[in-house]
Amino acid sequence: MLVTERLRLHDDIGAWVAKHGATRAALIPVLQEIQRSYNEISEYAMQEVADRLDIHPVEVYSVVSFYSFLEAKARGRFVIRLCRTVSCDMTGKDRVARQLENDLGIRFGETTRDGNFSLEWANCLGMCDQGPALLINDQVFTSVTPETVHDLIQACRKSFGPLAVQGQKGRTH
Amino acid sequence: MSSRIERTASISRAPVSQRGHVVPVSADPEAIGGTVSVTIDGIEAKVPLGTTILDAARALGLKIPTLCHHPDLEVAGVCRICVVEVEGQRTLQAACAFPITSPIRVQTHTRKVRQARRRILDLMLSKHVGECYTCFRNLNCELQTLAKEYGVDFFRFGHEAARRHQVDDSSYSVRRDMDKCILCRRCVRTCIDLQEVGVLEAVGRSDGTRIATFLDKPLNDVVCINCGQCINRCPTAALGAMDPTDDVWIDINDPKKHVVIQTAPAPRAAIGECFGLPPGTPLTFEMNTAMKTIGFDRVFDTNFTADLTIIEEGTELLLRLHEALVQKKDVALPQFTSCSPGWVKYLEHFYPEMIPNLSTAKSPQQMFGALIKTFYAQKAGIDPASIVACALMPCSAKKYECNRPEMCDSGHKDVDYGLVTRELGQMFHEAGIDLPKMPKGSFDDPFGTATGSGVIFGATGGVMEAAIRTVVELVTGLKIEDVFAHADVLPVRGFDGVRYVELPIPAIGEVPDLLKMNKGLPFSDWKWLEGAVLKVAVCHGTANAKRVVEDIKAGGTFSKCHFIEFMACPGGCLGGGGMPIPTSPEIRAARAKAIYAEDASYEIRKAHENPAVIRLYQEFLTDGPCGEKSHHLLHTHYTPRGKYIA
Amino acid sequence: MSAVKKGLVTFAAAVPEEGLKAALARPRSEVIAEVTASKLRGRGGAGFPTGVKWNLAAAATAPAKWVVCNADEGEPGTFKDRVILAEVPDLVLEGMTIAAWAIGAARGVLYLRGEYAYLRDSLEKVLARRREKGLLGTGILGSPLSFDVEIRMGSGAYVCGEETALIESLEGHRGEPRNRPPFPVDCGYRSEPTIVNNVETFACAAMVLAKGAEWFRGIGTEVSTGPKLFSVSGDCREPGVWEFPLGITIAGLLAAVGGEGAKAVQVGGASGRCVPASEFGRTLAFEGVPTGGSIIVFGPRRDMLHVAENFLEFFVDESCGQCTPCREGNAKLLEGVRMLREGRCSWAYLQELQKLGEVMQLASKCGLGQSSPNAFLSIVEHFRPEIMGRTAGGNA
Repeated sequence: MLVTERLRLHDDIGAWVAKHGATRAALIPVLQEIQRSYNEISEYAMQEVADRLDIHPVEVYSVVSFYSFLEAKARGRFVIRLCRTVSCDMTGKDRVARQLENDLGIRFGETTRDGNFSLEWANCLGMCDQGPALLINDQVFTSVTPETVHDLIQACRKSFGPLAVQGQKGRTH
Repeated sequence: MSSRIERTASISRAPVSQRGHVVPVSADPEAIGGTVSVTIDGIEAKVPLGTTILDAARALGLKIPTLCHHPDLEVAGVCRICVVEVEGQRTLQAACAFPITSPIRVQTHTRKVRQARRRILDLMLSKHVGECYTCFRNLNCELQTLAKEYGVDFFRFGHEAARRHQVDDSSYSVRRDMDKCILCRRCVRTCIDLQEVGVLEAVGRSDGTRIATFLDKPLNDVVCINCGQCINRCPTAALGAMDPTDDVWIDINDPKKHVVIQTAPAPRAAIGECFGLPPGTPLTFEMNTAMKTIGFDRVFDTNFTADLTIIEEGTELLLRLHEALVQKKDVALPQFTSCSPGWVKYLEHFYPEMIPNLSTAKSPQQMFGALIKTFYAQKAGIDPASIVACALMPCSAKKYECNRPEMCDSGHKDVDYGLVTRELGQMFHEAGIDLPKMPKGSFDDPFGTATGSGVIFGATGGVMEAAIRTVVELVTGLKIEDVFAHADVLPVRGFDGVRYVELPIPAIGEVPDLLKMNKGLPFSDWKWLEGAVLKVAVCHGTANAKRVVEDIKAGGTFSKCHFIEFMACPGGCLGGGGMPIPTSPEIRAARAKAIYAEDASYEIRKAHENPAVIRLYQEFLTDGPCGEKSHHLLHTHYTPRGKYIA
Repeated sequence: MSAVKKGLVTFAAAVPEEGLKAALARPRSEVIAEVTASKLRGRGGAGFPTGVKWNLAAAATAPAKWVVCNADEGEPGTFKDRVILAEVPDLVLEGMTIAAWAIGAARGVLYLRGEYAYLRDSLEKVLARRREKGLLGTGILGSPLSFDVEIRMGSGAYVCGEETALIESLEGHRGEPRNRPPFPVDCGYRSEPTIVNNVETFACAAMVLAKGAEWFRGIGTEVSTGPKLFSVSGDCREPGVWEFPLGITIAGLLAAVGGEGAKAVQVGGASGRCVPASEFGRTLAFEGVPTGGSIIVFGPRRDMLHVAENFLEFFVDESCGQCTPCREGNAKLLEGVRMLREGRCSWAYLQELQKLGEVMQLASKCGLGQSSPNAFLSIVEHFRPEIMGRTAGGNA
């Protein structure tokens, strides 16, 4: 890690701990902030957080490893999480999954070489009546078909903010 | 029934899910509503409100199996082997975690219960790699015992043959074999909660859960202090000590090697447990014969250097006090003891800024090593290069300590092998020795025989008691027996996590000749100590140590202390990570009893009266305690390590 | 009578703050009495009587108490809480505020699952608006009640829907359920008395205070009162959120949503039960087939073994891994289902797996492990001819 990046992380964590409080209860909110801004919770970040909250680094690692949305290794700028639970399964998640793998050139659990995309499975996204559903970062997309996968990926590539996809709404509810 | 007698404060770091009930056991069972009736397997009893089903059953003499439960640790309720049927409850309840707050009826071995326990065992065994006969915990394994008790005669859900984890043998002290782990998390609660070191935690989730270090690093690369308390509490062989016995045998069998062993006090009170004797059966002199029988050339008593430690560390304390009180120098006080290598490494990692407070005196083990390869080699006319110095210790951290690079002041590796009690027991078994039936034998010269002041080093408070006996006599000229009846310094004894004692200096005497040997001594009388009150504290378990050090940093009571004894392990050395498994407050109390009984049986019970120690100063360390020669051989320095992991 | 209709019928018709005003006008004991009289039971699935829970928390003496809204809606097939939070968030917050008044709490937490992060901004706006209007904060509506709510996000762990795991997560730990007793009403968040209720439960409580217990009791059955939202998905013409009175038969529900030809219905999500067509006459109620509202319809051509496998994959992924039966048991059941799929499972081993499932129901530490074998066991019970004797790769 570059010294400048380490310093930035140090300052950011300091600010987040100040915001959420230097208590154990602040651990997960602080980790969520790190995850959102850095796409990973690095070795240094975990130790820094542990030090600020007066807990052990292994406790931070333990928590990070427990939650699916927290990750110790770097993830892509866009994390695509395809729901694999039963209703989405019944509406054809397997075909969407195959298309995602083909279009991104990676398998589930992997990140593209350019660091832009990570592909992951998710358990029930709560969109069971509109499956198959997937999350791209915080946005949810429903009734995804193999044909619309390409549009989604293109929207990410061109995006500087919330994604807009033709024929798809990045739903807020 | 009390499970946490050695903890000072309930500042548990464990998540509540790992902590069990918080319903307090009623302080006054006589009060109305202070007790509750419970019927277990048809037997009715009244128990204090909040008692767990497990404790109630045990009080009635009923046995409920346990795995994740441990008397030293918080309740977890995760293994589920202790499930019982509680009338009116839809599901089975974990006896260890169910507090009785209203009258209930419990059945401990119904068909449902037995079937559940058997299948829980089957599930554990399905992922428990390996065979019992290739396991060092064979015949001393809680999983194996339960498999026998529940009649496991086949692997219902299969049995994995292939390893999933690599054995971590990076540490000098602790060996981790996660393929034997059943995820009871006793080690986690030991490391984070009991010891507050924080090396091990559960990582991952569901069937991918494993016990791991920070980012799965090797144990040697994290802040492990090698206390080995996790080893003593592991129900299986997932945690063990790094065992050097193969190498020791090779050296024993090599006619060109002169193999000596020094034996610490605590193992004597516990090695009988390896031979089926109850805890606290002293076998000191039987052990001497046995060690000679299996081929050690000389058997020495670590008590010798324990006494030497008292002289050196006591003199160092007096020097620091003089600097502070008379010379008004900014000197690090209170002085911390340095005999416990787990504690030393804890301080190096977590409070490197407090290193100046650590006594520079080496631990008795390392003092002995340095003397064996210098003083003894010279006296016996043996080439130190051909001497193999072994140390029988209760302590897994001693294995690390003897490998510290600076521990070579004799010009050789001062101590070659740290053997622990369990390993020597194993060597005896291997040689066909029935230890309790051995004739008694004595320790070898020139280091003389045991003293009471050395023996009590094995118990928490022992170092302090030995130091008080000596310092009080040296300073006051009085007999310690006139200050404390029978020379028993009772205020520093016991198992409270932290003890604080104030000791007024009742009189002053002459500076004794022993100290005067050091010509650099900045004082020639004790006038400057007249009317002083010596403030000391004793503390065991690093969780307690943490509170004391934090208090010092905050300027609290303990910052006013002059001298504090720290032991990394709960109970002191007698609870060390190399002692026979299992451990519990009762077992440690029995060992302590044996140690204090042995102390009382000795004629010499004060370090400064040990004739071998006096002779050493006269013949070898001629510039006296804390003199130049002793500084070279008997003192050391420390490494600020910090807690950041690269 | 609650309408049998798609959408949030009853909740959408609620008059803003009617329930809150009614509650604040009455002493807290009466508020709890009203909720108790309504016979409202928890809408998350377990069905614990809400009045009893509130009463226990109210009776606990402690300097601080907590109201926690469980919006960690992770049960497969359930999405009604998402719709409630999107469409009538005020009603939920109103219910939380009423609960705070009832038990004497000053602070609340809305624990929103990480997958619903896109709802957070709008919820924060709702909170801000309520603070502006004096519906949150000090002296709410001129009453002595002070109460505020903060939103805390989940991070992708189904088990955090279990109330004690949720509390562990709030405290910064792994979402591992606690030993019970003690229950959160005595010792919850920060070891203080805490009530954890489902999103829909709070909304119902607000309705109860607005319209009275009698109105609420008039809907549903004697034991299972009130309207209930159902999340309907799977093989039917009209998936979505539906409102039915509790006590409706499965057949009646299927007729309304266009799932008539179904061969089975999964009631209560992955942790619920798989009900075969022969039992469609049963009612959806606490005394019938209990449910948090998840209905997944399986059409005649669905492979029930595949369904069992999907559910078990879910549990193998989402078990917290703390206790032995759940951690190892689900993995063994999944392995067994795969053996069945490949036609490698003996009758005797299938018996063993069923026995294992029963042990998991009895001996697991929390509701997740206790209910995780339900789907597998009911599928084995009802669809044995379909799942046994398969040839590799082929269906029965």
